[in-house]
Amino acid sequence: MENSAILSMNTISKYFPGVRALSQVNFSLHKGEIHALMGQNGAGKSTLIKIMTGVYQPDSGYITLRGEKIKVESPEHAQTLGIATVYQEVNLCPNLTVAENLLLGREPRNRFGIAWKRLFTDARALLKEKLDLDLDTTKPLGTYSLAIQQMIAIARSLCVSSEILILDEPTSSLDEAEVERLFKILHKLKNEGMAILFITHFIDQVYAVSDRITVLRNGEYIGTSEASALSKLDLISMMVGKDPAELAASSTRREIKLTLGTEELLKTEGLGRTGYLKPITVTLKKGEVLGLAGLLGSGRTETAKLIFGAERALEGRLFQKGIEINLTAPRDAIMMGMGFCPEDRKTEGLIGDLSIRENIILALQAKQGILRYLPRKTQEEIANQFIQELGIKTPDMEKPVKTLSGGNQQKVLLARWLATQPAILILDEPTRGIDVAAKAEILQRIIQLRNQGISILFISSELEEVAAISDRVAIFRDKKKIAEVEGKDINEHTIMRLIAQEELENAIQN
Amino acid sequence: MQFKTKRLQESTLFWPFMVLVLLLLINAFLTRGFFTIEWKDGRFSGILVDILNRSTYIGIIAIGLTLVISTGGIDISVGSVVAISGAIAAYLIGGELVLQGDQQILVTRTPMGVAIVAALAASLLLGMWNGLLVSRLRIQPIVATLILMVAGRGIAQLVTNGQIITIYYKPYYFIGNGTLLGIPFSIYILLAVLILVILATRRTALGLFFESIGVNRTASRYSGIQEQRIVFWSYAFCAFCAGVSGLLVSSNVKSADGNNAGDLFELDAILAVVIGGTSLNGGKFNLAGSILGAIIIQTLTTTIYSIGVPPQVNLVIKSIVVFLVSMLQSENFRALFQLNHKNKLIRSAV
Repeated sequence: MENSAILSMNTISKYFPGVRALSQVNFSLHKGEIHALMGQNGAGKSTLIKIMTGVYQPDSGYITLRGEKIKVESPEHAQTLGIATVYQEVNLCPNLTVAENLLLGREPRNRFGIAWKRLFTDARALLKEKLDLDLDTTKPLGTYSLAIQQMIAIARSLCVSSEILILDEPTSSLDEAEVERLFKILHKLKNEGMAILFITHFIDQVYAVSDRITVLRNGEYIGTSEASALSKLDLISMMVGKDPAELAASSTRREIKLTLGTEELLKTEGLGRTGYLKPITVTLKKGEVLGLAGLLGSGRTETAKLIFGAERALEGRLFQKGIEINLTAPRDAIMMGMGFCPEDRKTEGLIGDLSIRENIILALQAKQGILRYLPRKTQEEIANQFIQELGIKTPDMEKPVKTLSGGNQQKVLLARWLATQPAILILDEPTRGIDVAAKAEILQRIIQLRNQGISILFISSELEEVAAISDRVAIFRDKKKIAEVEGKDINEHTIMRLIAQEELENAIQN
Repeated sequence: MQFKTKRLQESTLFWPFMVLVLLLLINAFLTRGFFTIEWKDGRFSGILVDILNRSTYIGIIAIGLTLVISTGGIDISVGSVVAISGAIAAYLIGGELVLQGDQQILVTRTPMGVAIVAALAASLLLGMWNGLLVSRLRIQPIVATLILMVAGRGIAQLVTNGQIITIYYKPYYFIGNGTLLGIPFSIYILLAVLILVILATRRTALGLFFESIGVNRTASRYSGIQEQRIVFWSYAFCAFCAGVSGLLVSSNVKSADGNNAGDLFELDAILAVVIGGTSLNGGKFNLAGSILGAIIIQTLTTTIYSIGVPPQVNLVIKSIVVFLVSMLQSENFRALFQLNHKNKLIRSAV
């Protein structure tokens, strides 16, 4: 492998209203390598790619291509620079023929318009040459499998003389055989000198195909390593938190541990839904923090949504204080004293155009019903109380909530539920994408609430946080709960090893 | 003082209001007696009164539609519901002239009250159908209501048997032609609906919930708002409003025409809502604005007729005015001009 960086990104930062998406990120891509970009949701992978391909402009930092400083103006410009991108969803037209999809916009023409015969033969030759694929290019694209469609998307992006290929989760909808086929092609392209950047959530695939791995976490550059020199455990530790060794001293919290109630407030028995979540059994006691740990897509969020009634469970049972309950909508859960701060603040939590005041009183008002309208004065008192209590920084509670920073938005969501005086709070990634100070405040607040007797279901990708504030931790992997740790066993290292169980099994075998 | 004018300009209703003033001024020059209001036969009469009377048709629909639009939806079936409602009322009142002794007496098929209730109930049912499609089955609002928009014309024509039903029953004329204290009765109906809806949305949490659903439906659901139910009833109520409008129209023209009654009302009503400052994206809504929008549209229509614009260019002129109002409401568009203006000032200063 040549060690010349064809593309490098230097100290790139990008901010969105309320979110720090990337901060001082460095990254370089070499000729003839397959480079995997890893990180949890919200780590900044897609933002980095969008900057690379000209969808966004960086707020600071610069990009060099073949040693020259460049500015990528737009996705079209990126193409002319030789950067080809295939996005997660196949952006092709399934009802057009393979050839049309491949050569759309640059069809060979004769004086009657498109030269169809040549279009089909050209397309066929192109696929053969670039990807070793021999297809009937006159057939509609939709008649081929997703893998083939994905490859045609790659071929299409390769038509322009490109040297860099970026694949954003190309395998998420493919089965194993299809993935293998795709990887074969990636290897072929790599051997021809193409620099390939590859994003995926599947750790096994990363090891199967990539030469180097770069990890981002929370918008920050964590490190780059040769794939062969990085163990899965280390990779996961880079993705989710600090080095396990650093974290021996998370025991300060245990001292404030109150005499926990033993009362089972909430219990699921085999709660699940085929294809969404394998049957889960967990209990939540009064006044405890139950952490849900696991990687993205491991079933943490799914568990939360089933318990809150945001998604319907099709099997299993849910008990509150020993009485079976049946949730048809979040409203049922709310009436029973639950609150839920969803993972995706913007699309599932905030009512962006409405004011801070309205956002804070919304759940309480919904709980009260349409007719018992909270008088404006009461609304203002409640909003004021929480703005002060949680330290929400805003000059005016009538401002649209979307104008707040990420941390303050999260606090507004928290306030919305605290106003309903909940018995159970489900917090899904409450600290994602917010700055360190706000993060610490929110974690502190969670411990306070727990000490007040509220039961909390705490989900976070950062194992450090989970370990620091949970009384018990349920560990998820592949849409099911695989273990539960309690008391002094809660530390980042144990959790990480349980998540990387494969690694553990290997270690035992050796 | 400057501060005040600025605040005024930022109000969503400022520009539509200016357009209305401009339209009225044009009329003042071009139409003789435009502003004259006479007291005749115990009622006010004049072009302005006529405009107000006619703008109630679109105005009442716009009230219901404002709610639908604020939830992020749209209802393009209101024109058809107007036709159905009118057709049902006309059919039930219908009646024939019967000779009783030597006097001709009109016998209605059913009492007028029953006819009115039946027409409104049918409209409500049709709206519930729309609501079901949108809220439960999650069909896109424009597609869901397109079904009734097309089918509704057919239903109306079935009711009228493909003909125009003339209504001979005089008491029915009062709804769309009568006056109370000298003012057209339809205006009272409009005001009643308007006040009712303003009270229902601003004195209860309903308004907040409408807006919340319109801005973010999932987040509203997760906050415990019964969004399906609220969306469902917004469509039901919107069709009910269209039904009321259908009664006014059929009463005013003393007939029901399944094919043409309420034709293109949906577009005028949507325009009225948008001109009134409620965004088609959903969220914050402005009921008074929608009524203002309806008045602007009716003023425009009347103006076009009264200044003698040939009918064939009629719609073109209407679209130009609508275009201008939309432009005036666009902050980006205004910024463009303010910027130019500023640049010019700077240049002239240099």
